[in-house]
Amino acid sequence: MSKFKEILLTPIFKDNPIALQILGICSALAVTSKLYPTLIMCVALTITVSLSNFFISLIRNIIPTNIRIIVQMTIISSLVILVDQFLKAYDYETSKTLSVFVGLIITNCIVMGRAEAFAMQNTPGVSFLDGLGNGLGYSLILIVVGAIRELLGSGQLLGIDILTTTQNGGWYVGNNFFLLAPSSFLIIGLFIWALRSWKTEQVEEKEFLMSKNAPKEVETHHG
Amino acid sequence: MQKDSILNIILVGVGLCIVCGAVISTVAVSLKDQQEQNVIFDQQSKIIDAARLLEVYPSSQEALASIEEVVVNLNDGQPSGFPPEQYDLDSILRDSSQHTVLNGSDDIAMISVRENLSKVYIEYRNNELKTLILPVRGYGLWGTLYGYLALDSDLNTIVGLEFYKHKETPGLGAEVDNPNWKKLWNGKKVFDENGLVQISVIKGFSNPENAEYSYEVDGLSGATITSKGVSNLLAFWLGNKGFGPFINNLKNKEIKLSDV
Repeated sequence: MSKFKEILLTPIFKDNPIALQILGICSALAVTSKLYPTLIMCVALTITVSLSNFFISLIRNIIPTNIRIIVQMTIISSLVILVDQFLKAYDYETSKTLSVFVGLIITNCIVMGRAEAFAMQNTPGVSFLDGLGNGLGYSLILIVVGAIRELLGSGQLLGIDILTTTQNGGWYVGNNFFLLAPSSFLIIGLFIWALRSWKTEQVEEKEFLMSKNAPKEVETHHG
Repeated sequence: MQKDSILNIILVGVGLCIVCGAVISTVAVSLKDQQEQNVIFDQQSKIIDAARLLEVYPSSQEALASIEEVVVNLNDGQPSGFPPEQYDLDSILRDSSQHTVLNGSDDIAMISVRENLSKVYIEYRNNELKTLILPVRGYGLWGTLYGYLALDSDLNTIVGLEFYKHKETPGLGAEVDNPNWKKLWNGKKVFDENGLVQISVIKGFSNPENAEYSYEVDGLSGATITSKGVSNLLAFWLGNKGFGPFINNLKNKEIKLSDV
């Protein structure tokens, strides 16, 4: 039982796909300007990665090595199309907001990465849990980013006014930077910093050491 | 059978395609009605919102029942008699015999082609034309904005403007969906005494003491290009290449809509 729990929980903090493996960054930038579409995106990705892991693991013993990537892509893209179709049928408003980014789950490295690294070697049940865990790890970061961006950018959370903006007759001047994609880089960077300060084993080893005689300060020649 | 044999590669490949294809088509076909319903419902709700009909009618169904669809010929501004339920804008825009290619200075809304026939919506109250709802579209920053403009019975006062499809930046250009901004349109005037289109989105705030106030809507901060796009699309669709001739015919009583 503890093994299952570990597979499910490890990707959330210890081996987070975004914070440690730095995968799936593009959608973390694109869909997080509001919290609600972010939540839908998290659900969509979690479903896709869990089910793709499950189905790929189910047929892992008959997938020919030469075409395994194509087989994985076919399964993943079919699942993404299904998710997109359901979204268009049952949450049309959000599907308009997410537009092309649902389709782009196909190219999200987390899905393909888990299929290739985990599902091809493990049984379906465990692979499903691994997908679920990674989906939740991805969701954790996206929700943090989405909440910060919506709060500081539009003064709202899930469309409810928290800091009433001047546009709506309040006092808060929305920070437009947080409505634009680059702000996610900043938030994800701070998140990784916080996570690695807490779990110091995630800090990467230094790739090289400074030579003993190298100048300590770079700026030595400025008057 | 060998996992990596050519036979197995073909079998797995073909089998997977058939299974995935079958599942996707089944789901797509079974959800199609629901999806099309969503699109239609979304557009209808924007028409109702643009004309502010929920302030008058208790429900969307009753609001819709008060609306009549008319297909108008944009070249001469007369009703065309084309059955509205068969109207399909997408196919008209693909068929070069049914649209007009706009060039250069004519194409201020940057839509490149304009349909010859357009479907407009008319709300009748006590058998009188109360609101005229016109479909409008034009290029913003990232893509074309599609929406509806509702004019009051004087065919000069704006009731509302709603967009049902656009690709503008959330929080900046996408503030065209902000209810507070949309409220600003209510009561603005379109044409001046000479019948020229004056309505525009300006930069910054419109001053109520200014003579131009009734033709000006506050710009969206951080979205200059979207704001300009909205101005341009209104200028186009209310102008001579758009619904101008139709609006003039209505004003001059050269059309009896009860005949339509």
